[in-house]
Amino acid sequence: MLIETKNLTKRFGGLAAVNNVDFSIEKGRINAIIGPNGAGKSTFFNLISGFHRPTSGTVLFKGIDITKLPANEIAGLGISRTFQTTSLFDQSTVLDNVIVGHRLRTKSNLVDAILRTKRLKREEAACRDKAMEVLDIVGLTESADRMVSNISQEEKKRTAIALALATEPEIIFLDEPAAGINPDETEGLTELIKKLNQSGLTVCLIEHKMHMIMNLADHIMVLNYGEKIAEGTPKEIRGNEAVIKAYLGGSASA
Amino acid sequence: MRILTKRNGIIALIIFAFSFPYIAQNDYYLHMLTLSFIWAIAVYGINLLSGYTGYLSLAHAGFFAIGAYSLGLLTVKAEMNFWLALICACLITCAIGFLIGLIALRTKEHFFAIYTLCVGYIIYLVIDKWEGLTEGVRGLIGIPAPGNIGPITFDTAASQYYLVLIFLLAVILIMYRIIRSLTGRTYMAIRNSEDLAQTIGISTMKNKLTAFVLSTFFAGLAGALYASFIRFIGPDIGSTAIMFDLLMYLLVGGIGTLSGPLVGTLLLVILSQNLQFLQEYRMLIFGPLLTVIIIFYPRGIAGAFYDWQRKRKDNELSGVRGELHIKAEEG
Repeated sequence: MLIETKNLTKRFGGLAAVNNVDFSIEKGRINAIIGPNGAGKSTFFNLISGFHRPTSGTVLFKGIDITKLPANEIAGLGISRTFQTTSLFDQSTVLDNVIVGHRLRTKSNLVDAILRTKRLKREEAACRDKAMEVLDIVGLTESADRMVSNISQEEKKRTAIALALATEPEIIFLDEPAAGINPDETEGLTELIKKLNQSGLTVCLIEHKMHMIMNLADHIMVLNYGEKIAEGTPKEIRGNEAVIKAYLGGSASA
Repeated sequence: MRILTKRNGIIALIIFAFSFPYIAQNDYYLHMLTLSFIWAIAVYGINLLSGYTGYLSLAHAGFFAIGAYSLGLLTVKAEMNFWLALICACLITCAIGFLIGLIALRTKEHFFAIYTLCVGYIIYLVIDKWEGLTEGVRGLIGIPAPGNIGPITFDTAASQYYLVLIFLLAVILIMYRIIRSLTGRTYMAIRNSEDLAQTIGISTMKNKLTAFVLSTFFAGLAGALYASFIRFIGPDIGSTAIMFDLLMYLLVGGIGTLSGPLVGTLLLVILSQNLQFLQEYRMLIFGPLLTVIIIFYPRGIAGAFYDWQRKRKDNELSGVRGELHIKAEEG
């Protein structure tokens, strides 16, 4: 197992945003977390990536306990993520936005910067190469020199994925990668996620677009009110009564 | 071959700056320029933290005063050699900056601004009230001019001008190198979004603290140079009035730009000297000017210039693309 959560719980005051969730992610697969709005999906991501401390429970990465590690160290281990709202720097080019993504694999510091040492020059070149490499993967080579303020929503999503890839992750968590983009673009993004997975990257995504998820995911977990109500293959999930109930409300016959 | 390149422009500016004492026969202008260079060094310090790392500090007049008083006390009361005192003054400022940064950087955005405003005021109060050490409102008198380096003396207006100019150029060079390096990119990533910066593996606290300490170093250096240039210091140099002057220089020149601090400081110091006859009514001009700039040019004069250049370049690029497109269709 690449990632395992055990009894993971997060309470905000009286509200259990994530309640006792056991979930495991196998290496090399595409996993999805679905659920109605407010089901605790993003909170679950935040717990794994170190943005929130869980109230109780543990997160294991390759068997190592990472529950209490700060977010930047978790990124260093090879766990990367994107955010629901892409927070890129508008006043700068696509390339400049992505270059800093490889920063965590470099060592040069302030002194290197002031003296402009060989190490800095070498590492700057490495970051630039890495950025061009990941922009090529997400299909944005042509747009590298454009300002982020001038690119489309879909290109921004791709830039955010490129930034996450620049950290050289083993697993990438995508928080609603297809939100706010049209069906054609969603198709393109699905292809990209498949391609990333085929190159050996483990993927875990939150998504509301059921059609996309059912096509893409190997394994799905369904959250409702912070609790895991179902888990399995797309086919199993589609026929699961509890899931239908959670989505449509009332009785399953609806 | 283009003659009007950026590089040649900068070389011309530096040559002009070095020949200025020969052009200006009047010591008054030299004095004014030296003083604005000193302020500019402090503004560069604020810019590193507020412009590039995204933490608006209002304590930097305090750090300026710490640098000035450290140099003043070490040379006047401890009779230390000037150059040794200058280094010590910078180190003392950094040490205090480190301790304050440890606490201040736990806050963010306007809370950070308010917290540092309080810190700045406390520094001012300590200097004002601790008469045993700082002489309080009487101020420190008789601070020596910079000591000789071999045959070079610093007793004329021109020599002091050169000394400060060299420090300023060094500060600008350091800033230039930082913001174009991976370290600078790291700071800007923190400014952009601290959450995202953490996600891509950046230790935000460590980087913020480094930027904070370095920015207090610049403020302390400026303060120390100020003390040896004016030769007299009072608690007022740490007052909030000075802080807001510095902030105004930064905002008008361009926050988060490399040339902004120098442009803003020179422009406003010269303007304010030429409007002396208006006395306090000068603010009637500065107030609206600042408001207009913040509304229409949030990155100041330098930022507006960069944006204009960028737009022109973009237009040229899309023009070239358009032509290629037409040619491709024709072919």
